[in-house]
Amino acid sequence: MNLIITKRIFVSLAAIAILLSGTFLTQNALAQEGARLTGTETFKEFGGKAGLEKIMDTFWLNLLEDPRTKPFFTETEPANFKKQLVDQTCEIMNGGCEYKGGKMKPIHAGHLIKREHFNALVEQLQRAMETHGVPFAAQNKLLAALAPMHRDIVTKQ
Amino acid sequence: MEFNSLSRKTKTLGLLLAPALLAVSTVSHAQAPAAETTPAIPTTFSSKLLLTGGVSSIEGTAGGGLTPWAVIGGNGTADQFGANLFATNVRAKDYNLAVVGGLIGIYDRAELSFAKQTFDTRDVGGLLGLGNGYKFEQQIVGLKVRVAGDAVLEQDSLLPQIAVGLQYKKNNRGQLLAALGIPKDKGTDLYVSATKLFLSTSILVNGTLRFTKANQTGILGFNTGSYKPKLEGSIAYLLRRDLAIGAEFRAKPDKLGFKEDNWADIFVAWAPTKNVSVTLAYADLGNIVIKDKQRATYISVQAGF
Repeated sequence: MNLIITKRIFVSLAAIAILLSGTFLTQNALAQEGARLTGTETFKEFGGKAGLEKIMDTFWLNLLEDPRTKPFFTETEPANFKKQLVDQTCEIMNGGCEYKGGKMKPIHAGHLIKREHFNALVEQLQRAMETHGVPFAAQNKLLAALAPMHRDIVTKQ
Repeated sequence: MEFNSLSRKTKTLGLLLAPALLAVSTVSHAQAPAAETTPAIPTTFSSKLLLTGGVSSIEGTAGGGLTPWAVIGGNGTADQFGANLFATNVRAKDYNLAVVGGLIGIYDRAELSFAKQTFDTRDVGGLLGLGNGYKFEQQIVGLKVRVAGDAVLEQDSLLPQIAVGLQYKKNNRGQLLAALGIPKDKGTDLYVSATKLFLSTSILVNGTLRFTKANQTGILGFNTGSYKPKLEGSIAYLLRRDLAIGAEFRAKPDKLGFKEDNWADIFVAWAPTKNVSVTLAYADLGNIVIKDKQRATYISVQAGF
């Protein structure tokens, strides 16, 4: 094996990869909190605001049931938490709601939240949406809008 | 490097990995009761979202069935280990390829993989004067490093997850290959992969550029001369959290005296739990040595954390 050529190709591949990522990361930094879906079709598939309320009730119970997420919510006031979630997701889906809660970053700043905790929360939201029969494709549209929030929620280490 | 030497290295690798796996499982065991009495958030394994670690490719690298993806195999996230063992069988009209192997994912950053392929020529071996059931074996050690991006969560960015990797391959039929005029029984493939989940459409796309000198992935040896860049791709549609269907393509060099074709497949992957996945595929492997139109059924089972 010609080690020098091998090494050269490998180094060039790495360089191309890093250049590419630099371009995209710049775009990334410009992204704003609170991406919105287009239209109201997803909102309908979630069963409107009443559907979201049921989903968030279940989601809240799921979070308390899961040892990976429960410790983060010991001091959370359930009614307000669920209302904020309903407003936030309803707003994302153009359901005519306005989210008046705090920004993601300061709200989560006091906790050491790792990627595994964030993923656990995603799983519990998926379970709640499944429980209430939200079509999988519609679930993914909401999750796609929520996913970038990991940058403000997961603690930078 | 001689085959024995690789074999020895493989054993050494196994010996190194075994205590590592043991240590990881011991830690997990030790932490379970501690979570009851301390306020610390329990540290767990298998924290990736379902199927986002990919499946095991025929060369052991995490990805689709035929091609590497930029994901790190196993279910570990940034401060976790993940690991998988897999077995795959590809039954073509006139040949059979059996693969066993495993991998370790380290902090969702690096992946170390191993695979052993057994290519059974079945009756073709007899036709070639090698004897029915003549087998080629190939061992592959893979290393992959994620260099940028996050395929799953960066949904407001077009940046894919990007990884670079290599696959060091060693074949056990050097003498036969030499007699056929194929100069080498070992070689290294280099690749860069970009993988992106477009979650709002439930579609995952992967592109891989591989630099290779291998004939039929190395089972029929390696050529001298320069590396050939070859494009590979996968597209998958998520039907459910635990179920994906898709298609793959793998361009291959055609430097062998016998015609070598590009490969393609359609697949379904199912993960009944976080620890197990099953992949079924139907592949078109084209011409292999003296037998054309090799359509194959592919089944792969993977277990890990």
